[in-house]
Amino acid sequence: MSSRLLKLLQQHYWQKVFFILVLLITVYRSYSWLFNVEAVYLTTDVLIYFLLICGIIFAAYIRQQPHLAIPWRQVFKNKIAMSSAVVLVFFIIAGLMDSIHFRQPDKSGVKDAAYSTDMQSLLDVSLRYISTDSEKTYSAPFAIYSYAKENFINENGVKYRAYPRLKFAGSHLQDPRNRWPDIASKSVTGLLLGLMIVTLLTVVFVFYLSKWRIHNYSNTWKKLLKGEFDLPWNVMLITVAVVILLCCWLFYMSNFYHVMGTDKVGQDVFYLTLKSIRTGLVIGTLTTLIMLPFAIALGVMAGYFKGVVDDVIQYIYTTLNSIPGILLIVAVMLAIDVYIENHTSFFETAIERADIKLLALCAVLGITSWTGLCRLLRGEVFKLRELEYIQAAKSLGVSNFKIIISHIIPNVMHIVLIVVVLDFSGLVLAEAVLAYIGVGVDPSTISWGNMINSARLELARDPVVWWSLLSAFSFMFALVLAANLFSDAIRDAFDPRQQGVK
Amino acid sequence: MASTLLEVKNLKTYFGNIKHNPVRAVDGVSFKINRGETFAILGESGCGKSMTALSIMQLVPSPAGTIVEGSIIYNDDDLLKKSEIEMRSVRGNKIAMIFQEPMTSLNPVLTVQQQIEEVLLQHRGIKGPQAWREVITLLDSVGIPVATQRAKDYPHQLSGGMKQRVMIAMALASEPDLLIADEPTTALDVTIQAQVMNLLRDIQKRTGMAILLITHDLGIVSDFVDHIAVMYAGEIVEYATRKDFFTKPLHPYSKKLFASLPSQAKRNKNLDVIKGMVPPLTTEFKGCRFYERCNFAVRQCNEKLIELTDLNGVHYVRCLQFSDPHIEFNEKNETPDKISHDKAINNEIVYQVDKLKIHFPIRKGIFKKITGYVYAVDGVSLTLYKGKTLALVGESGCGKTTVGKALVHLNDMTAGKLLLKGHDISSPSAQQLKDLRTHVQIIFQDPYSAMNPRKRVAEIIEEGLLALRPELNESARNDVVVRLLKQVGLPETAVNLYPHEFSGGQRQRICIARALAVNPEILVCDEPTSALDVSVQAQMLNLFKQLQRDYGLSYLFITHNLSVVEYLADEIAVMYLGRIVERGKVDEVMQSPQHPYTQALLSAIPKIDKETYSDSTKEIIFLEGELPSPITPPSGCHFSPRCPKRMEICHNQYPVMQTITKTHIAACFLLNK
Repeated sequence: MSSRLLKLLQQHYWQKVFFILVLLITVYRSYSWLFNVEAVYLTTDVLIYFLLICGIIFAAYIRQQPHLAIPWRQVFKNKIAMSSAVVLVFFIIAGLMDSIHFRQPDKSGVKDAAYSTDMQSLLDVSLRYISTDSEKTYSAPFAIYSYAKENFINENGVKYRAYPRLKFAGSHLQDPRNRWPDIASKSVTGLLLGLMIVTLLTVVFVFYLSKWRIHNYSNTWKKLLKGEFDLPWNVMLITVAVVILLCCWLFYMSNFYHVMGTDKVGQDVFYLTLKSIRTGLVIGTLTTLIMLPFAIALGVMAGYFKGVVDDVIQYIYTTLNSIPGILLIVAVMLAIDVYIENHTSFFETAIERADIKLLALCAVLGITSWTGLCRLLRGEVFKLRELEYIQAAKSLGVSNFKIIISHIIPNVMHIVLIVVVLDFSGLVLAEAVLAYIGVGVDPSTISWGNMINSARLELARDPVVWWSLLSAFSFMFALVLAANLFSDAIRDAFDPRQQGVK
Repeated sequence: MASTLLEVKNLKTYFGNIKHNPVRAVDGVSFKINRGETFAILGESGCGKSMTALSIMQLVPSPAGTIVEGSIIYNDDDLLKKSEIEMRSVRGNKIAMIFQEPMTSLNPVLTVQQQIEEVLLQHRGIKGPQAWREVITLLDSVGIPVATQRAKDYPHQLSGGMKQRVMIAMALASEPDLLIADEPTTALDVTIQAQVMNLLRDIQKRTGMAILLITHDLGIVSDFVDHIAVMYAGEIVEYATRKDFFTKPLHPYSKKLFASLPSQAKRNKNLDVIKGMVPPLTTEFKGCRFYERCNFAVRQCNEKLIELTDLNGVHYVRCLQFSDPHIEFNEKNETPDKISHDKAINNEIVYQVDKLKIHFPIRKGIFKKITGYVYAVDGVSLTLYKGKTLALVGESGCGKTTVGKALVHLNDMTAGKLLLKGHDISSPSAQQLKDLRTHVQIIFQDPYSAMNPRKRVAEIIEEGLLALRPELNESARNDVVVRLLKQVGLPETAVNLYPHEFSGGQRQRICIARALAVNPEILVCDEPTSALDVSVQAQMLNLFKQLQRDYGLSYLFITHNLSVVEYLADEIAVMYLGRIVERGKVDEVMQSPQHPYTQALLSAIPKIDKETYSDSTKEIIFLEGELPSPITPPSGCHFSPRCPKRMEICHNQYPVMQTITKTHIAACFLLNK
């Protein structure tokens, strides 16, 4: 095994991949030193970066194997898939930035404390100006007055009630009547900024493309505009442009206004929505990571060995399936709560506690959801094991373990992939539903579920507090829609029954 | 002169992007079908014959495929100009179609009666008791016994042959003028094939409908077809009456097809093969499509498109030899090598199977109680000699594959003995099993499913070496792989390719290389050529012969194709329902079959030797019914319910093996003296 690994590393291609990985890990490990902060590795952070590294190695491997690369090319040839992939990449970048945690040097003056107890992520730091600009309570998007009236005393000493100006949003405006013109002019600035970035990126990309494909530069432009490339790069560029313009506008405007309003305690809703991305991604991906080993190992074993092994595995998953999932989740989350209460010393900060609850939720969701894939794999392996190449391997005296590893598993991976991407969006939605009924992530964890849950109570107020619900909903919608469209393309490309139709 | 029923003119059906490099599946096909005649389109897989049929019905899979040009005139009506709604009244009504797979062509949740009544209502407006009477008449007419009961059955209760009969009954229900039969018997056994073809002929005589028969099998067209069109790479290359075609085929491709058929007469030489492969249908042809592979080809062949030449009003050929009398053609001499077939008389026994029994238990209920057995193999004895070929012949379901797998211990055996070079390996230890696997290897029927699509050829061939000869290092393994590829006639560059990059025949070569990797002495070949086209089959048979000559391999050749047996085998064992009914030297069994089953089997194979071709139909022994279930074999002689010569005693007692000559035995009471 190790000799094979060494041989692999002698190849130029894998050296490059290995170099990139080492660089990534070094940067991840050493940012504390670079920026004079104390790095904190939350369990979910480590798992997310582990997944990322697996993803990179997997992608590098796929590029080397023509039979695996072909369906993936098929996926990206699909225009819708390409643009949903771009949207997903932006979500993933936000999630990854939010998964680098550290503590800043302490400035409070307390002795012995070199670093503050307040944990921050890279995303928090980048959005510093939004996250720290808290108002007192609700305010509508782009408002400069608060949602609730307050008592004031005028020069004559008469008490009266009025809407106060917000502390941060629109504080630069002398005359409140200038709000709309100001928004318009700032929007133009924001969009122009975005346009500059987009132009720069496009030029760099086209330059790179023309180098890579050995075309001349102007020809590349022509081909790009006509969409004559193998992959729909033009669609990709358009999606990137739209997303970047939107981002630039939102971020630029956030400097002056609360673009999506504020919540009950005055926190910026746009910031909360961005922070929720990580929670959604963690639930969508880590759950799968936890469930895959069970599903693959048990499903393949049941299908391959049949008989008693199959019976036992079937009994396990039918039993597990008959327990209502919600009940199991409630029970486990309760147990975790009690455990944390009794072992407070294990967890230094509230964030760590919330993190362990998030991981527990992933685990229990994983345990309740592996049965579907397991059943699917069992059926597929039933079919595979009768195929003649398996029989031929048997007659050549290949051991069962080796047959499973080299013949069975590679041939069911397409099913695993399809199920994983299809499950992802379901799990993101499940988080919202669980938070709604109060058994989801820790209430202190920022998540779309929690946002929706708290917004629900305010829907009855007059005027309606609609913004936090809408922003949580639209971000979640964008993520789930992109994931669904992408998984549709994956299913079309990988499902052998679909092949030949197109 | 019979009137024309259907005329296809310059039909072109393309797949993929029509403007940019389309797959020209059907590329300018024209033919006429007269009322009441049988017209056959003959061709190898991928030549566009099925697409021609689907184009007539306008059932071309859409949007992938499009009919780009041509006209299909049916009774002075151009079908291609009809709308989808109008087509519905033609499809299944005037023109009916039956497909290759009777198993998947019937709806499993409706009874036979419901399915036929649906057609009756749709096309003839018959319902109620009248429809029921019509169903019974139809089922009777396709020879289904006890039609009143069968009509109430669901498809899964019927056997393959019965289903195909029901399909035919359904097609007949609308009283069509034209029946398109797309490989109607390919999925069926020889004896059933004979029944079905005979049935089609009878029905045609009675109703006077025309039949368009699509097939790859020269055998089944030799019997009752009126006209034959040979298709190659999307176009018709020869068109003739049956007699003309069988007595003097003119196109080089047709000639090659005949030459590549195995038969007894060719035992002593290699079979004629067509070199190369069918050109990809995306090519834009400049000249003759057969140019690359033709022995007669001259420069002019590839210079302009060749037209179909009318020779005498009934025989058309698309070949320059006949359209341009000025060019001189010489066949490049590639007559197959004579090979000496006199193997050294060698009676060294390498493998012996003694009274092998394999019964699969049927388990039911929660506690998996055994409620019965499938008597798949029930006392089979075989002997394999060094360097010889034993053919195991029988219909599907008779247990021949199970025997083959048992020889390499892929099945658990119930009773009996396996002796490998005199050593008992019936219940082998791990070491014995390893030994066995270096001595005996197996080759499967379907080269498409016999290789892991995700492995490279080198990895596929190496597999056995890694498992059985771990002492070899990597470079030694590579050497072996390269040597093996050379042996089976594949280039060295194949090692880094994936199975899907090869054609069927090449894949089967890789499978053979994989089996040879561990230096076996015995190869169990489970129908290794039945998934391949005739010309490719010839290449494989040559390879098998050559490997046997070079390495003294012994083959257990499991097949249902008796002409392959005649060509390749030294001995034959005929199997029926888990037992051997006749065994002997190939000449003995083929020339004077003793068991009634062997006789019926031999008579059911259509003879296509052009030297002996005559119009008189030979005597076919039609067997009643089909192979009984191996769960409840009939009492007495298993063959008795279908035997045309059965006697009283046959129902009570299983006959013992009678010795006819020293090497020829058969189990039948008729042989008792």
